[in-house]
Amino acid sequence: MAAEPLLSVRNLKTYFAQDEGLVKAVDGVSFDVAPGSTMAIVGESGCGKSVTARSILRIVDRPGRIVEGEILFRRGEAATDLATLDANGAEMRAIRGAEIALIFQEPMSSFSPVHSVGNQIDEAILLHQAVSRRGARDKTIEMLRRVGVPSPEERVDQLSNQLSGGLRQRAMIAMALSCQPTLLIADEPTTALDVTTQTQILELMRQLQKEDGMAIMLITHDLGVVAEMATDVAVMYLGRVVEQAPVDAIFHDPKHPYTRALLRSIPRIRSRTRERLTPIAGSVPHPFDRPHGCSFHPRCTDFIAGRCDASAPELGPAGPGHAVSCFLYE
Amino acid sequence: MLAYVGRRALLAVFTVWAISVLSFAIIQLPPGDYVTSYIAQMASTGSVVSEEEAQQLRIQYGLGQPYYVQYLKWMNLVVRGEFGMSMEWRRPVTEVIGDRLWLTMVVSLAALVLTWVLALPIGIYSAVRQYSPGDYAATFVGFIGLAVPNFLLALVLLYFGFVFLNAHVGGLFSPEMQDAEWSGARVWDLMKHLPMPALILGLAGTAQQIRIMRANLLDELRKPYVVTARSKGLTELRLILKYPVRVALNPFASTIGYTLPYIVSGSIIVSLVLGLPTVGPLLLKALIAQDMFLAGTIVLLLGLMTVIGTLISDILLVWIDPRIRLEET
Amino acid sequence: MAVLAPPTTPAHEPAPLALPEQRIFVASQWQLMWWRFRKHRLAMVSSVIVIGFYLVVLGADFLAYADPDRSEAQRSLMPPQRVYFFDGWRFAPYVHGFKGARDPNTFKRVYVADPTQKVPVRFFAEGFEYRFLGLIPTTRHLIGVDRGRDASTTIFLLGTDLQGRDLWSRLMYGTRISLTIGLLGVTMSLVLGVVLGGLSGFYGGITDTIIQRTIEILRSIPTIPLWMGLAAALPREWTILQVYFAITIIISLLGWTELARVVRGRFLAMREEDFVVSARLVGCSQLRTIFVHMVPSFMSHIIAATTLALPAMIISETALSFLGLGLRPPAISWGVLLQQAQNVQTVAISPWLMLPAVPVIIAVMAFNFLGDGLRDAADPYGR
Repeated sequence: MAAEPLLSVRNLKTYFAQDEGLVKAVDGVSFDVAPGSTMAIVGESGCGKSVTARSILRIVDRPGRIVEGEILFRRGEAATDLATLDANGAEMRAIRGAEIALIFQEPMSSFSPVHSVGNQIDEAILLHQAVSRRGARDKTIEMLRRVGVPSPEERVDQLSNQLSGGLRQRAMIAMALSCQPTLLIADEPTTALDVTTQTQILELMRQLQKEDGMAIMLITHDLGVVAEMATDVAVMYLGRVVEQAPVDAIFHDPKHPYTRALLRSIPRIRSRTRERLTPIAGSVPHPFDRPHGCSFHPRCTDFIAGRCDASAPELGPAGPGHAVSCFLYE
Repeated sequence: MLAYVGRRALLAVFTVWAISVLSFAIIQLPPGDYVTSYIAQMASTGSVVSEEEAQQLRIQYGLGQPYYVQYLKWMNLVVRGEFGMSMEWRRPVTEVIGDRLWLTMVVSLAALVLTWVLALPIGIYSAVRQYSPGDYAATFVGFIGLAVPNFLLALVLLYFGFVFLNAHVGGLFSPEMQDAEWSGARVWDLMKHLPMPALILGLAGTAQQIRIMRANLLDELRKPYVVTARSKGLTELRLILKYPVRVALNPFASTIGYTLPYIVSGSIIVSLVLGLPTVGPLLLKALIAQDMFLAGTIVLLLGLMTVIGTLISDILLVWIDPRIRLEET
Repeated sequence: MAVLAPPTTPAHEPAPLALPEQRIFVASQWQLMWWRFRKHRLAMVSSVIVIGFYLVVLGADFLAYADPDRSEAQRSLMPPQRVYFFDGWRFAPYVHGFKGARDPNTFKRVYVADPTQKVPVRFFAEGFEYRFLGLIPTTRHLIGVDRGRDASTTIFLLGTDLQGRDLWSRLMYGTRISLTIGLLGVTMSLVLGVVLGGLSGFYGGITDTIIQRTIEILRSIPTIPLWMGLAAALPREWTILQVYFAITIIISLLGWTELARVVRGRFLAMREEDFVVSARLVGCSQLRTIFVHMVPSFMSHIIAATTLALPAMIISETALSFLGLGLRPPAISWGVLLQQAQNVQTVAISPWLMLPAVPVIIAVMAFNFLGDGLRDAADPYGR
């Protein structure tokens, strides 16, 4: 963690102004991603993981808007604050796809149904690199081969619905990595796949990371995937990071009551006693009526009356590379 | 793909057959047969049809024989390009119709083209800038377009033209070009007169297409592949035109087959109000005078041209949508 | 929002979350639809307009104040009269008397208001005799003027036509014909559409193919020339009633394809639903499955599609009658009234002859918005 972070998100807030009220999807998120590392962002559905990812790429759908915070992205020596760039401006577009790439959940629908797969990969290459059409096509085929698509010369001209789910996700990765990004954001890349394919895709991503040296920001709700892939973990709850730490610390020394509850809720093969799985009590509150104070307090087992429901804790240090936002550790 | 085109072509053949039966029915509907009416018509103008000539006609049209024989005989004549005589005009039907059929098609196609030229960009704009003032304006104009029957719209425009411009805004030609021979100048004159009827005819269709395009595109804009494309760093305009618009075009294009018949239908009534030299006024006159061969022929030829237009649009659709191209069945 | 939410507030209000959320679960399907429909403001307004139109249909003779068929050459093409609501400070609506004269230059009749002559407008005035709602004989009309005056002192809210008939009164009667013809036509279309669409969707296979191809063929034919041909073939000597029903049938032939399409789509979607499968498994007959289990669950969709089909019916009738191929005088419909506006020269001098276009446009819009709202509400579980 000594190296300068590649990406440093500071107090990011992305709100959606809807008819029914203001949805604070991301409400003060901070975390760092070191170069070449794999940062896992973990949390239940609706906690703001995906919106965080889209905020970094500046592709949040309307009416969503970044209202506060910094997204410092290091390019060479200097860092650019992505939050201040024009979302559709030339600079942001030059970063998008070339330096930060995105792959996400639905391999079924993330390709256009009426364009060939190759056409869509070519496009990314032509957009960011000075190559000819021919060159782009060769590169595309080369990329498809690298991600393990069999007979890429034929596959390149097929439509996405002619590929299986696993192949489609491979093609997606080929597209994302075609311009050698320094940061790859993978938004639940394996959720929609079956277990064997899941393992293959994760293995592929790890191998490509080794070869290309990019950092991965892995968004998932699957702690198994986290254990397998991540070097660092940030746990999110209701639009905030409640705990950030190296992966070992998260699994062996979780601090935040929410992290602990999360870990208790997953089965373990080698558990010594006949432990019962404990689900987290209650359910995620509706985004419109976020609890006052620490947003986890109504479900928290260590709830301190008069403290947790009065003010929200700040993210503070709790060990080497370990930060937690909870009054228990202040 | 061949199978698809083949299927459409087969359907077109069936449609033409259905139209021919219906046109035949129109010819047969009025009381009395053609020859009797013909003789009566001739007598009223003072000329006499000889018994021999009458008998000749009866045999030619198979009168007195079962309907299917009469139909087949009529079809036999039609295929050879003989559409019979117009009683009202006492000239062959083809001669009476003359240019009018082509002008009907020109007006209808102009309306169709205008529909597309207007509906596409407006629909795209409305979807991309949903709930913007422009979107609301387009929606409003769209509803007006749907609610005002085109012949009323023609009437209102004619009225305003008459009152404020003191000019007759209808017609397809300037008075001096009315009966002129075809020439560059006459074509140009036609072009100058086309926009107004095309707009009137196309408005309802445009309104409908805007709504279809807007709804389709709104659906598509939410799809993940748009986010994928955006995350590549494409500019917003290129991105929207290349992906969601392209996908949204398919259901949009498949409506063209129903738009053309609709416009052709509308052109009949609008032509009457605007006094366009299309088959519309001729058809009405023929129907009122029970000049059935003329009426039946007009219905048949209109139907035929519409079917051909629709078939062409279907084939264009194949070219737009690769998914059909790949379809095996 | 300060007022406490009564138990019927729609579920979209965020504030008291627990309560309305539970109400969603216990609400019936029709209740959910009503909540959803109420959110569509234009549809709400339109439903009021549509109800208004049908009240006119019921009470046309009450709202009219002059016999729609009584013509008088003396008052041909009179312009609409201005109504003065206040006489001094007193609410006492009146109109000015009119004097007709011939323009010595153009030989046209011109009408000059006579400000010295006040003709008071009476409410619930005596007029021609009719049966209210077809039952109660009466002579009372919503408005009117004192009887026994001469032609120059009656009221013409919207002017008169070429034959000197009162346009307002004729419009009331025209509304009755035009809207009922639309309603009857759509009902017939509906029967055709539901039967054929239902057969198509329920049986599938060859039945489906034949019906679908027929629909496709019908939709790719320019229909107006065909219907014109059919309408023109109606014998001249038929009575108004016969023509009325013939025209209704002709325009209903126009609208059934779209309804059949909607019904078929619903049937196809529903055939696989669990409750339909289980109905069949417990041994319901096919007819019972269709009419007891399936039809009620897509009733709402049918209602919406029917509403959306109505404007086309109204426009068709208007167009056919306008061309002189539909209803023929002495029948009165919006299309028949518009016949008088066919000639631009006439309209330029007497623009009020175009007024019957206004209810056509309003009715078409209202039915469109209403249908849109119903369609959105028809699927209360969607989105």
